[in-house]
Amino acid sequence: MKVELEADKCVASGQCVLAATDVFDQDDDGIAILLEEQVGDDRLDDVKEAVAVCPAAAIRLVEQ
Amino acid sequence: MADTPAGPVPQAPDSPPGFPMPREARCPFDPPPALKDLQAKTPLTKVRLWDGSEPWLVTRYADQRAVLGDLRVSAGPDSPGYPTKASPEGGEGKLSFIMMDDPEHARLRRMVTAPFAVKKVETLRPAVQGIVDDLIDGMLSRPGPVDLVEEFALPIPSLVICELLGVPYDDHAMFQENTKTMVRTTATPEQRGVATREMAGYLAGQIAQRLAEPKDDLLSGIAGRVTAGEIDHQQATEMALLLLIAGHETTANMIALGTLALLQNPDQLALLRDSDDPKFVAGAVEELLRYLHITHLGRRRAVTEDIEVAGQVIKAGEGVIMANEIANRDPEVFPDPDRLDLTRDARRHVAFGFGIHQCLGQPLARMELQVVHGTLYRRIPTLKPACALEDVKFKNDAFIYGVHELPVSW
Repeated sequence: MKVELEADKCVASGQCVLAATDVFDQDDDGIAILLEEQVGDDRLDDVKEAVAVCPAAAIRLVEQ
Repeated sequence: MADTPAGPVPQAPDSPPGFPMPREARCPFDPPPALKDLQAKTPLTKVRLWDGSEPWLVTRYADQRAVLGDLRVSAGPDSPGYPTKASPEGGEGKLSFIMMDDPEHARLRRMVTAPFAVKKVETLRPAVQGIVDDLIDGMLSRPGPVDLVEEFALPIPSLVICELLGVPYDDHAMFQENTKTMVRTTATPEQRGVATREMAGYLAGQIAQRLAEPKDDLLSGIAGRVTAGEIDHQQATEMALLLLIAGHETTANMIALGTLALLQNPDQLALLRDSDDPKFVAGAVEELLRYLHITHLGRRRAVTEDIEVAGQVIKAGEGVIMANEIANRDPEVFPDPDRLDLTRDARRHVAFGFGIHQCLGQPLARMELQVVHGTLYRRIPTLKPACALEDVKFKNDAFIYGVHELPVSW
């Protein structure tokens, strides 16, 4: 699955970093950045959690 | 006092139920029973506020998140239909971007997000651990009982936010006292106005000092935005005011109320006391946030374009209140929701709100609460309340819920 992040929507809550530390990080201003665009099944649950808790609906999982 | 809300709004005949509603005295950790009844009965209903206005109340988790995430609602108290908590005369203070809409909200918020990033906050953990350990040493050096609010819950977040902002902690009596007045629903608009102005004057002075002589702190960062012409001195002051108040009052209440809730649920407290697993402690903090939910007057918005909620159209110019405390007790999302269960996955709670206004300081609050609840019961395994639960004074008279005092011994 592919992860898509719309950084301009990000409100720097940090929720994605807590949900999936190895997939998301924050830049110097706290805005989310993607560490990995492609995620395997083993990290799918964590990324789904990040999608669910993102308050700004800035993260999407896309089937390929 | 006709122009200010003094606690629950009473039910009037032939009109929607008053909001907020009274809690059941015997269940101080639970939302008002009438609010939970409404949630069970209907997803959307009108309520009547202190000023006679009748906004909509959204009762369920999914609908609340949908509205809070919708950009067709406004957080501005001046937007038509906005359901105010109190008379605007000094009432809610001017708290910068939390009362604004995008794009101005985003522009201002992003000026202060940097120090609250998860990994930046993590670097503060050893210092917070030191503060918590020192305060516990201080309590243990005396015979007790002590007031956990004064001696522990309030100093921790106050010291941390002072350090972060660069506000001298020596001034804590002034800002803690004024904050108390600002968040007390029974304060008159005049009293709240005086408190707000004193705080704003103080912080304007702090920023003026940073303009003249920048330091390595967040106030200097905010002052730098003034120098760069991005905001004026007034906006900088409002931003500092928001961060100072939100940085200590909320976390302090979560520390004291959470400790009391655990003391009332000894089996759950034992889980924390016996665990040295940071993951378990982090999960336990999420459950405390879900279960207690201290922002108990609802998150409020004005609708700026017609939106549909639970099959009903809410028109532009109408107000809408999301009672997040019952969203966190929505049985559709959290099975057996009224049980404090530190082992459950509570991460999807809305204690920090939802949408673009979700709490900016949440990584800091989480870390402070993790240090507190991961340390207090291990250091003082015999901690116990020094008064009966019915003698504890709960903050039914404040915008932020908690306890006024919590006498404890060991």
